[in-house]
Amino acid sequence: MTDTIRDDYLAAARRKRMYSGILLILFVAMLAGGFDLAQSRNAGGFLSGLSRIFDFPGELLAEAFQKAGNIPGHMWTYLPSLIETINIAAVATLFGALIGGALSLLATRGLARWPALIPVFRRLLDICRAVPEVVIALALIFAMGGGPVPAMVAIAFHTIGALGKLFSEVNENADLKPVEGLSSVGASWSQRMWLGILPQVAPNWLSYALLRFEINVRASAILGFVGAGGIGYELKNAISWGQGRFDAAASIFLLLFLTIVAIDQLSSRWRNSLIEGEHGRH
Amino acid sequence: MAVTDLAPIHRGFAKKRFKSFAIPAGILIYLTYAFFAFDIPGLAQRFRSDNAMIMISGAWSYKTHVTQDNRRNAVSVSIEGERRATYEDNDWPEWVARDGASTAIALPHDQSVRFDPDAVRVTVPDYGTITVTNTDGVQVQTPDGTLPAWITASNTRADIRLDGGRISVTRARSEVFRYFPGWELFFFTLSSPFHDMSWGQIAASAVSSEQIRPGMSNIAAMASDFWNNDMWRHKDVVWALFETLLMAFLGTIGAALISFPLAFLAAKNFMPVAPARFGIRRVFDFVRGVDALIWTIILSRAFGPGPMTGALAILITDTGSFGKLFSESLENIDEKQVDGLRSTGANALQRGRFGVIPQVAPVILSQVLYFLESNTRGATVIGAMVGGGIGLLLTQAIQTQKDWENVAYYIVLIVLLVMAMDSLSGWLRRKLIRGDG
Repeated sequence: MTDTIRDDYLAAARRKRMYSGILLILFVAMLAGGFDLAQSRNAGGFLSGLSRIFDFPGELLAEAFQKAGNIPGHMWTYLPSLIETINIAAVATLFGALIGGALSLLATRGLARWPALIPVFRRLLDICRAVPEVVIALALIFAMGGGPVPAMVAIAFHTIGALGKLFSEVNENADLKPVEGLSSVGASWSQRMWLGILPQVAPNWLSYALLRFEINVRASAILGFVGAGGIGYELKNAISWGQGRFDAAASIFLLLFLTIVAIDQLSSRWRNSLIEGEHGRH
Repeated sequence: MAVTDLAPIHRGFAKKRFKSFAIPAGILIYLTYAFFAFDIPGLAQRFRSDNAMIMISGAWSYKTHVTQDNRRNAVSVSIEGERRATYEDNDWPEWVARDGASTAIALPHDQSVRFDPDAVRVTVPDYGTITVTNTDGVQVQTPDGTLPAWITASNTRADIRLDGGRISVTRARSEVFRYFPGWELFFFTLSSPFHDMSWGQIAASAVSSEQIRPGMSNIAAMASDFWNNDMWRHKDVVWALFETLLMAFLGTIGAALISFPLAFLAAKNFMPVAPARFGIRRVFDFVRGVDALIWTIILSRAFGPGPMTGALAILITDTGSFGKLFSESLENIDEKQVDGLRSTGANALQRGRFGVIPQVAPVILSQVLYFLESNTRGATVIGAMVGGGIGLLLTQAIQTQKDWENVAYYIVLIVLLVMAMDSLSGWLRRKLIRGDG
């Protein structure tokens, strides 16, 4: 009796191991095949490129050290476009958080102003989240010409969707008692949200918005590279000047690196204090 | 007693009141600054409403060009003026007709245009006939002798905008553009025998055994004509979407595979040597701080444009993020399971396999799936930079500044792809973490 149970168990374990083995092999084959395919459609191969991977950073660094004296001056020159990049991210995060926050309230069960429209607002958030920034940015550049506004609108659009979803998850955990209390004294929907829900969700909303701001600074730099102004645009120009003037590109790299690290650090510190404050209150 | 106890409460209220005033005020001040920093007042001048109109109408409609070459007096009819989409001379659409040496073109609202040998005549009901002659410079004659706002004319060019079309006359050519809603030639181009068929006829020929193209079943012929449609390039588009997915997949999974072992070296409970731990963590921070933009530039220099470069850019950036996330979740495991295994004499590898991995796998898998989804969207942007996948097609279509229907098509596909990945990763996450269907 015990023997058959043990045999059955061992057989089942073997079978399970075999299945996971097959899955693993399939997965590895998919990875290898995919990589091979990607390499065959690439301009340069992997191995030949691997030996060149440090060429460009090497040239850049060598030139940067040679002309180290120029770097502070360049950094000062590019500071305005860096500020523009950060402004794009900040305004986009602000608009994204405000609109996304309003939509998230409308898309949360139990809080929505029009419960029947919850699926509509959810879909709307999904669509906003799915549109890559570059799509809107490029189309708006055609209609508006360059400048920061297309990038800002593009990032804000995506932020609405991304934050709206996270916010509505936060909203779902909010305590509904304040809302009930407020509605018993005749508060309107906006008063109920403003006084009953927002104070509860504000720390978590802020924390998500800060995380988004970090992401948006990076996105804003990338959009600049595709043509939307700011530090990314300057970087593209500086690189296209080619050898001999890489000190400018190096300064922009440095500026961008320092900014991203600084914003990451500041925002993670602020977020930690928000979360601790939250724990302290409970 | 009451008075002294109330003071902190009053202070709290004052603080709250100040906050509820100061935060909106701060936001308002910042937005005012941004309003001027972004030069919003100047935006009104820079805004190209004509470009915006072209873009919007191009996205959902197409125009058919009727073009008369004024030197050779030859008339051709084509969709969007594409040579590949030119109608055969004996197979013009029914609203264009040859009338002796003239060509008669019907437009909506009973408006019509005639290419006569001596002039282009545009008839607008309730207005009259506009005559554009082309012998001694371009000259426009309207019924009342004045030019309305919808006609612009100069010595070299006349442009007449009507509700259903536009007429443009230059020395070299006279052209009529008639607008139609929809995406023309989306399924079959003019060269395909299926183009002229209605949906009913197509369905009927799909099941009939009479072969339109000999040696090929009709369904296969349809599939091939659709797949090789050279106006919409469905084959290339599907390939590009696949490439984008491939970049996201290779980048995300590769990053996870690389950072998982490294994460052990960065976790306090697995790496007792503090300087090594510190070093690995700084490497993760550095890789994340350098940012996808810079990695993409460096990698494109080494590997050239293409999907592999995009995949590697995603891989490197995400290695930093994954390393940080994975090592954090490794630090949060419950040591009791590891201790239990140790008491049975399990070695380090076995402790890892049965004590650690089962604990962290759900967290790690759900993070990987989440990144896979967001990288699908990211791969579009990176594709636009490294020249691979749907991002490349999209930037190319936008740069031509006229293929807005293709741009709209790609946008729809990208959004659908990202939403599909979103639901797939959500479904897999639920399934893997809960272990149920």
